Amino acid sequence: MAHVANATHNEDYLHHGKGLWSWMTTLDHKRIGLMYFLSILVFFFIGGIYALLIRTELIAPGSTIMGPDQYNKVMTYHGSIMVFMVIIPGIPAFLGNFLLPIMLGAKDVAFPRLNLASYYVFMLGAFISVTSLFTTGVDTGWTFYTPYSLQTKSGVILMVAGAFTMGMSSILTGLNFIVTVHRLRAPGMTMTRMPLMVWALYSTAILQVLATPVLGITLLLLIFERLFGVGIFDSTLGGDPVLFQHFFWFYSHPAVYIMILPAMGVISELIATFSRKTIFGYTAIAYSSLAIAVLSFFVWGHHLFVSGQSEWAGILFSFITMLVGVPTAIKMFNWVATMYRGSVKLDAPMLFAVGFMFLFLIGGLTGIMLATIALDVHLHDTYFVVAHFHYVMVGGTLMAFMGGIYYWFPKMFGKMVNEFPAKLSWFFIFLGFNVTFFPQFILGSLGMPRRYFDYLPEFTALNRISTVGSYLIATGFLIALGTIIHGLIAGRKATANPWGGKTLEWTIASPPIHDNFNKIPVITAGPYEYR
Amino acid sequence: MSIAKTASEHHHAHHFESPEKEFIASKEGVWLFLATEILMFGGLFVALTIFRGLYPEVFLKGATTVDWRMGALNTVVLIFSSLTMALGIHYFQKGDRQKAIISLAVTVLCGAVFMVVKYFEYSHKLHLGLAPAKFFTNPEMANIEHIKIYFGLYYTMTGLHGAHVLIGMGLISWILYRAIAKDEFGPKYFTPVEGVGLFWHIIDLIWIFLFPLFYLT
Ligand code: HEM
Ligand SMILES: [Cu+2]
Repeated sequence: MAHVANATHNEDYLHHGKGLWSWMTTLDHKRIGLMYFLSILVFFFIGGIYALLIRTELIAPGSTIMGPDQYNKVMTYHGSIMVFMVIIPGIPAFLGNFLLPIMLGAKDVAFPRLNLASYYVFMLGAFISVTSLFTTGVDTGWTFYTPYSLQTKSGVILMVAGAFTMGMSSILTGLNFIVTVHRLRAPGMTMTRMPLMVWALYSTAILQVLATPVLGITLLLLIFERLFGVGIFDSTLGGDPVLFQHFFWFYSHPAVYIMILPAMGVISELIATFSRKTIFGYTAIAYSSLAIAVLSFFVWGHHLFVSGQSEWAGILFSFITMLVGVPTAIKMFNWVATMYRGSVKLDAPMLFAVGFMFLFLIGGLTGIMLATIALDVHLHDTYFVVAHFHYVMVGGTLMAFMGGIYYWFPKMFGKMVNEFPAKLSWFFIFLGFNVTFFPQFILGSLGMPRRYFDYLPEFTALNRISTVGSYLIATGFLIALGTIIHGLIAGRKATANPWGGKTLEWTIASPPIHDNFNKIPVITAGPYEYR
Repeated sequence: MSIAKTASEHHHAHHFESPEKEFIASKEGVWLFLATEILMFGGLFVALTIFRGLYPEVFLKGATTVDWRMGALNTVVLIFSSLTMALGIHYFQKGDRQKAIISLAVTVLCGAVFMVVKYFEYSHKLHLGLAPAKFFTNPEMANIEHIKIYFGLYYTMTGLHGAHVLIGMGLISWILYRAIAKDEFGPKYFTPVEGVGLFWHIIDLIWIFLFPLFYLT
């Protein structure tokens, strides 16, 4: 923005330019971040309603509130919305957009116009996906596996076209972040002085840029296959449906790290701030993000152990998958070591961080179990897998997301939220989460398959517990929503640094001015100098 | 943002220290974007490799339906257009606006020639009924097992490539417009020209792989 310097420069970004139009055309990374926030909240709400519908249907065996066809659609929309519209964009596009330039000591991301364009591309993709609801609907599950996705009703095309479009948005955001990290660090901000959140966003961005194009071409091929009959995934034409699974997971495994790496970044910040201690093993945490990013490209075959891939490939994929546990554990141990003998303060954000560590540990370890081929033959496509990925995606990413929202809320809006309801929301989410998903580990190991609207009568008790848990989670999120809205309207005024954080965003006003910094800071030390 | 500015007085965006830094950042962005293009086409090349390995005879038979002379002509046209593209950037850097504009115009023209040749190739094939599977009607080829996969890949890959040529032509035309109507580029500022140039070269490069794989088996 080559605008002339003027008096409004010192006004905070929320009031720099007024009216809806100034928001819709803004190039300010902070405002764009908030626009993502609002959109993602709406999508999360819709995805959440679908989740409750699923769990309510499963409260008893047989048809409870819907039939099998409808169930398949509900399950597909729940998964697709949560994955493509909530968890993937959640932390990078919202928190990342807001924080990355500030944490680097920059005035904006490298390409502000591209940043705004990414937002609109994302919304366009979301819109296209949702229009599929007005056709026959989609019932393939969020993975769109062939051959079924080639045979079922045509809503698939719209849904997949939408996912393709949102993928483009994700690529552009990643590209923007990489260049920003490379080119816009403040003087003295060496790579090894960047906050760990930035390292996490940077590793995520690499995955976004390198993996998403493969999903793009996969989805495009699926569309062409349906429209014209290309043959690649169609065995009647000599193609190979399993190739779809390879292509899909070549993206979607790295994508699960697109979901979790930024969450790990948030956790690193929270643990350091609320333990009042220099983070333990900064370098190890930073480079383990990169290691996870690199390894994640070579493990996709663990989704195909029973799809007819060669045993040798299976063994190799199993081994590399277990290797992912190493950099992941490195992070865990370093966080724990940071808390050790720190002055830990269990404010609401920190509760979410601790909750994350607990749940992600279970999620990660069950991942290693699933990477064991012999075990996976039994557990594949059962509720055990459902429990595993919810422990990492909800227990991991969403917990970090919530912690991050509470932590940076004062910076974003210049107001505090009330501690008590924030903690209460944590209590319900954490408790409800375990009540919902722990029984699913048991159900899965007893052999209950996923994605069916019905189950054997002996699974009733555990399913009922799980459904009650989902209502507890919903209560928790509603309390959180109320807390945030109350904070926005009636929150006490926040100081520049209410939590005692040490990264750059806490050195500037809450809310920040339009240009972030009056004067670009000169960095002389690492990000977590508590003593 | 796009306040009219001429070659001599380009202002860099306020969040960059200097025009040089902005130039480097923009170029890095373009390179990253090209990496995504390569990965996207990479998926298709992987599929092509797999199916060539599975059904080599299909690709031999398929290649008899395409005319290598047309493909060769298009290869020459695209390589030449890469030269004129590079010249366009070179002349802007030298400050020779006239020659730069001519070079870029020739580049767009080459793109058009490429698309016209492709048009004739496509329409000839469709006329013979050598279409993607859902529309395939050719009687002679129909009994060759799996032959449809050749055409599926052929249309997908050359089609996606053709779409990129069209986008490239659009981008160069946009550069031409900015150069002619607004006189934006010169030795001090030529970032968009170079970015579009890189994009054009990658399109060229992808074709250089497509040509032997489909036409010369
Ligand atoms: C130590 C880390 C992890 C390991 C070793 C691991 C391992 C695995 C394995 C082996 C499977 C395949 C199970 C099967 O289908 O039979 C799987 C499925 C899955 N994992 Fe993980 N995982 C890890 C972390 C994560 C994370 C961080 C996420 C997301 C944030 C995630 C999300 C998923 C999803 C979504 C699926 C199933 C997708 C589907 O079939 O619908 N995983 N994981
Ligand atoms: Cu995976």
